[in-house]
Amino acid sequence: MAKIIVVTSGKGGVGKTTSAAAIATGLALRGNKTVVIDFDVGLRNLDLIMGCERRVVYDLVNVIQGEAGLNQALIRDKRSENLHILPASQTRDKDALTLEGVEKVLGDLSEDFDYIICDSPAGIERGAQLAMYFADEAVVVTNPEVSSVRDSDRILGLLSSKSRRAEQNRDPVKEHLLITRYNPNRVDDGDMLNLEDIREILAIDLIGLIPESEAVLRASNQGVPVIHDDKSDAGQAYADTVSRLMGEDVPLRFHSAQKRGLIARMFGGGARR
Amino acid sequence: MRLLDFLKGERKKSASVAKERLQIIVAHQRGHRGQPDYMPMLEQELLEVIRRYVQVEQDAINISLDSDNDCSVLELNVTLPNRG
Repeated sequence: MAKIIVVTSGKGGVGKTTSAAAIATGLALRGNKTVVIDFDVGLRNLDLIMGCERRVVYDLVNVIQGEAGLNQALIRDKRSENLHILPASQTRDKDALTLEGVEKVLGDLSEDFDYIICDSPAGIERGAQLAMYFADEAVVVTNPEVSSVRDSDRILGLLSSKSRRAEQNRDPVKEHLLITRYNPNRVDDGDMLNLEDIREILAIDLIGLIPESEAVLRASNQGVPVIHDDKSDAGQAYADTVSRLMGEDVPLRFHSAQKRGLIARMFGGGARR
Repeated sequence: MRLLDFLKGERKKSASVAKERLQIIVAHQRGHRGQPDYMPMLEQELLEVIRRYVQVEQDAINISLDSDNDCSVLELNVTLPNRG
């Protein structure tokens, strides 16, 4: 039986797909058979972040509608043999996803994989709800910024009421907070919510802290999940996150400010590399 | 920024303003968590009925649904304006 983990956030642009790609890749690199599914029908992007956009032939909707088998639609990752990608459809509308169809696909994948990572679309509509419905665990991606934190709280509300676990009165979905685009220098300046504040407001466990990093854009430019860049702070922070998801106790890194010169402190800035 | 703050005199840091605002809005959101979808509509219509008789503010109404094991209680709080 695979463990199903949804990567969700409510708000768009906070790093769901970046995180889903990094986490799925990290789990695969650690020897787990992993599949990552793009639920963003109509606006697929996971294939770009994973660098397999030119190998997409069939997609999730094709499988659900019986036009292709799972094995035809699954794309094997170039870099890690344990990793497969199931892309979203670019042309169909969101109604093409059905609860029964998603259940069948997840059930079939469950037999072959250890982890199923569901990359949720933004928003709280059908696609987002289907992505989270069957989840055992949820990674709630949050930026240190008011609208992102509020939307994350909305998503937590949905996870506790509109998931299969909630509806069947089983153990609730295990919720994890993943803070991304964190800038310790701005936190020190008092202009960014600190991680304790976010954790206190949302009242869930922190699974990882990803610093604002130039490595993330560099990785997406190249279509290589940032976790492969093991020299970078973001890559290492995602590797730590994966270890924690696998139950290891890893100390938090990248939460305190770098030393900066007087000029830098006066004029702000100081993104990590 | 620090130099600028120093020159202007200490002001409240924006992050703590953000935290306070979020605590209020999240507490409000959680109050509505798990409620039936018709609650906002019900609240709005109740307010309209009340306003036919008494002039109350938009936010003078507070409605909540509490469920225990076998019964649910709909609680309605309306703050009426002072007389005279």
